[in-house]
Amino acid sequence: MSDMALSDPAPSPETRARRERRSRWLLLTPALVILSLAASGPLLVVVIYSFLTPGDYGGVEWQFSLDPWFNVVAERDFFTEELKLADAHLLVFWRSIKLSLMTAILCLIVGFPTAYFIATRPAHRRDMWMLLIMIPFWTNLLIRTFAIMELIRNQGTINTLLMASGVIDEPIQMLYTEFSVLVGMTYVYLPLMILPIYASMERLDFNLVEAGYDLYATRLQVLRRIIFPLVKPGVVAGSILVFVPCLGAYVTPRVLGGGKQLMLGNLIELQFGQLRNWPLGAALALTLLAVVMVALVFYVRAIGREGEHNA
Amino acid sequence: MIEIEGLTKTFGEGPTAFTALDDVSVTIQSNEFFTLLGPSGCGKTTLLRTIAGFLDPTRGKLTLDGEDLLSKPPHHRPVNTVFQSYALFPHMTVSENIAFGLQMLKRPKAEISATVSEMLELVQMTAMADRKTAQISGGQQQRVALARALAPRPKVLLLDEPLSALDFKLRKEMQLELKRLQHETGITFVFVTHDQEEALTMSDRIAVMNAGTIRQIGGPRDIYDHPAERFVADFIGDTNFLKAQMLSTEGAGSKVRLSSGAEIMAKPAQGEPPATNGASVTLAVRPEHADLCDPNSALLAGSLKNVVYFGTDTHYHVGLESGEMFILRRQNQPGHTQNWATGDRVGLDFAPGTAQILKD
Repeated sequence: MSDMALSDPAPSPETRARRERRSRWLLLTPALVILSLAASGPLLVVVIYSFLTPGDYGGVEWQFSLDPWFNVVAERDFFTEELKLADAHLLVFWRSIKLSLMTAILCLIVGFPTAYFIATRPAHRRDMWMLLIMIPFWTNLLIRTFAIMELIRNQGTINTLLMASGVIDEPIQMLYTEFSVLVGMTYVYLPLMILPIYASMERLDFNLVEAGYDLYATRLQVLRRIIFPLVKPGVVAGSILVFVPCLGAYVTPRVLGGGKQLMLGNLIELQFGQLRNWPLGAALALTLLAVVMVALVFYVRAIGREGEHNA
Repeated sequence: MIEIEGLTKTFGEGPTAFTALDDVSVTIQSNEFFTLLGPSGCGKTTLLRTIAGFLDPTRGKLTLDGEDLLSKPPHHRPVNTVFQSYALFPHMTVSENIAFGLQMLKRPKAEISATVSEMLELVQMTAMADRKTAQISGGQQQRVALARALAPRPKVLLLDEPLSALDFKLRKEMQLELKRLQHETGITFVFVTHDQEEALTMSDRIAVMNAGTIRQIGGPRDIYDHPAERFVADFIGDTNFLKAQMLSTEGAGSKVRLSSGAEIMAKPAQGEPPATNGASVTLAVRPEHADLCDPNSALLAGSLKNVVYFGTDTHYHVGLESGEMFILRRQNQPGHTQNWATGDRVGLDFAPGTAQILKD
């Protein structure tokens, strides 16, 4: 029967549609297999581990326990068995969210004008400017982070120059503060903000900007009423692209925070490393995932509502 | 009244510098439909953008009702533009687009909504008020762009080839529509186009531009019947050029001798002292002003090279004995029989005073 169908010179439309559907699924299969194994598989392992008991030397004991989830937000006093909030964890959560938000805002403040500048250059120059933005992005993250460290440490370039010129007598402590983590993350994630904004900005019809000026809008009004609403998709994408990896940042807070400014990524690493509490680490990682998803839902909702109003 | 004096705009520097406007001076009256007409690259859009404030001229003066415009940024000039691409704000509805200028001028809300509905009515778009601009047709976008630019009641409306994106029929409609709007609003329109027919049908006055300069300014009839120079005669309508010799000046006309030896009265060149007797001059003769006749009693003679039927009229291509090519146009009337065939020897005739002598 199938042989007949294959040799049929003019298969019926239904046969053709069925064949097309089948070949589409066949073509998708490799991608689906890789996706489910590589994405869902490890996540499933993390979910399972978060409900187990920590092993003495790392790893897990196959014994069900809700302690890891409990320990995310609370801890039992070692001596008095008294329950209290896990201040240390909450502080790290709070710091991660705060620093990630601030990084996203800083990246927007720096990235928006940069993208605008590049998009308004003559077409043949834009690629060169984008290349300049991208080159650091292709450089090893650790090296870039150490370069920042070299700039801001007490005997580093900035402090040396400031002291030599007599502006200050003692070096300013910039390294191992929230400030240094913020600077580092802004520097690292800036291209992720510039790229999507530039992509929307490049598609912007600059006649609209002229039309705005022509209709008595000031520069600020043109920016607020015309440019910003039209490149908003880029701003939304850029903010998400910066905010999300910042929440889980590991290298930057480790090097520039010097172990004092722990962020979620570092806390999770501690559980899997020195503290040998894999289930807690898994629970913390899943909490991070939940925070990201909740934040995204709120953000997209808020933007969407504004969009209905004037988009 | 817009007064433009010695306006010059140069792009770039050194050997690659390009002069887009070369010492342009013109006065545009209030309540006038004024057209800047010329081929692409002639500087008409540069002049328009300079009036709007998007370009700063290299030199020159620009005043509106005696007030200097050049010192003001675009958003302080009482001038609005209808862009070639319309440039409607895609994130706003039709009425939000129209209201934009008034909002920027901080007019009271009641006044804004009254003006918006008035404008919607004026361009017959009331039914589309809440549509997004992407959801309406090109002709409708054109109307919205007009309404948006008219809403703040500018002293001057600049129109940058606003009809070029429309199809033929819609363009004809909008030409009349624009003329009506200009009449009803009493606003000065400065209209840029490369379409000579559009310029002739709509304008009170036309400035014909070429290579950054204004070649001739005048009413449509003026420009069509009395082109000053070869470029204008060639650009506006179809024209035949004939070499001739100046014989004498008689009253308001000039007597010339054609290549065939025939003598005829012609209109003297615009704004120039008449050419000296005996000098060689160029005549412009419109295709519809000449007629075919018996070669023996004709001004000029030649052989018929081609006959092209156009429905309303027929074009005859005549190779003159002097070597020049002459195209003439005859309207097709009922009962009109065609007496000439390709290859025939034919005569050309035109009335005294129809040929125009051109500046050199």
